[in-house]
Amino acid sequence: MMLTAIRTEIQDAPLGSHGYVGRETNAHASKGRWRVTSEAEPDWTAVLLRVRESQDRAAFAQLFHHFAPRIKAFLMKSGASEPLAEECAQDVMATVWHKAVQFNPDRASVATWIFTIARNRRIDALRKARRPEPEDLDWGPDQEPDQADVYETQQESERLNHALRLLPEKQRILVEKAFLGELTHSEIAAETGLPIGTIKSRIRLALDKLRQHLDKKAVTK
Amino acid sequence: MTIRHHLSDPLLMAYAAGTIPEAFGLVIATHVSMCDDCRARLAAFEAVGGAVLETSQVEMSAGSLDACFDRISTMTPPAPPPARKAGVLPAPLQDYVGGDLERVRWRPLGFGAKQAILPCTDSAASVRLLAIPGGVAMPDHTHRGLELTLVLQGAFTDDDDRFERGDVEIADAEVDHTPVAAPGVTCICLAATQGRLKFSSLIPRLAQPFLRI
Repeated sequence: MMLTAIRTEIQDAPLGSHGYVGRETNAHASKGRWRVTSEAEPDWTAVLLRVRESQDRAAFAQLFHHFAPRIKAFLMKSGASEPLAEECAQDVMATVWHKAVQFNPDRASVATWIFTIARNRRIDALRKARRPEPEDLDWGPDQEPDQADVYETQQESERLNHALRLLPEKQRILVEKAFLGELTHSEIAAETGLPIGTIKSRIRLALDKLRQHLDKKAVTK
Repeated sequence: MTIRHHLSDPLLMAYAAGTIPEAFGLVIATHVSMCDDCRARLAAFEAVGGAVLETSQVEMSAGSLDACFDRISTMTPPAPPPARKAGVLPAPLQDYVGGDLERVRWRPLGFGAKQAILPCTDSAASVRLLAIPGGVAMPDHTHRGLELTLVLQGAFTDDDDRFERGDVEIADAEVDHTPVAAPGVTCICLAATQGRLKFSSLIPRLAQPFLRI
């Protein structure tokens, strides 16, 4: 499964596109370019920002080819029929286009951000329920994210992907089940004490971000 | 304001996964709106969701990209997330109430205690606002499963613990707890309960000794 996925990504990768970058050498060496760790994986942040900045249809197609099949699989594993999953995956990607203006690359990776949209669509389609959302923080007029933060968010996301792959099979399946809605809250409580260690550094990063933000706000007030 | 009683990891994970009933989701979204620690932990669990999304794929139908572009051109752009609102109630809760505290449609429970049940599309759990005058006990009730109680104004004590604005108490069916509103300003809480909540009595627990003859 994993091997097939990797091969497909490599085949999908348009050669020479500036959305693709080599293995990183120095975290902060070149400003103005979003980078990721792996050689074959496109820099999805850069791709999504092209959609956000210039409604770039080719960039969107690239996102679509990678993420739509993953959203579809996620929805089918969550219990959606194939036609419903297909329809919802298209719908989620259309939402990605419209919501691209709200994407903030120093707060979440593209996969995480798309996951939240797919999750909300699933709640709507399968549970027919409303999802209360936390209020948005006022991040102020400082809309240009810090490159180092963006880089760190991507790195952290890579590490998390890696950590998930390295979990023992049984634990990894439990984590997946929790996200696919196959575990109730009490089952999650009983069975998955496990991802916590995996996500500790991600929590620290998110906290740092929030504190920086609060400090900035305190200074500007 | 320092929040001392936070959401548990399983609750945040279930909310990040989108698998928790709406009523609990409302308590969680409201707490996260007030608590940066839980906001950060939630972001981390959502990142786990992003990693899970990457693990498998199913081929899309032929022509799906074109169909998606058609959707893009006909779709009503989605609303932005709720912005911070002034008032006692955080934005997600104001959406359910239709405004701040003054818009709540209270129903008396006796002894000055009041409740307002908030409408949910999902009936797996129910959620209500409770207003308990200082010094009065929370209405005695039974719940079969999880109960989350979030303080929005005032404070309550339960055994040796004190819960103030932003604090959330997590209780399951086994916990026999007796929250009492702290003296002073009326304690206003948001409480979500698994299954249908039944008040053992329509009057607060304070009156129970007199009735249980």
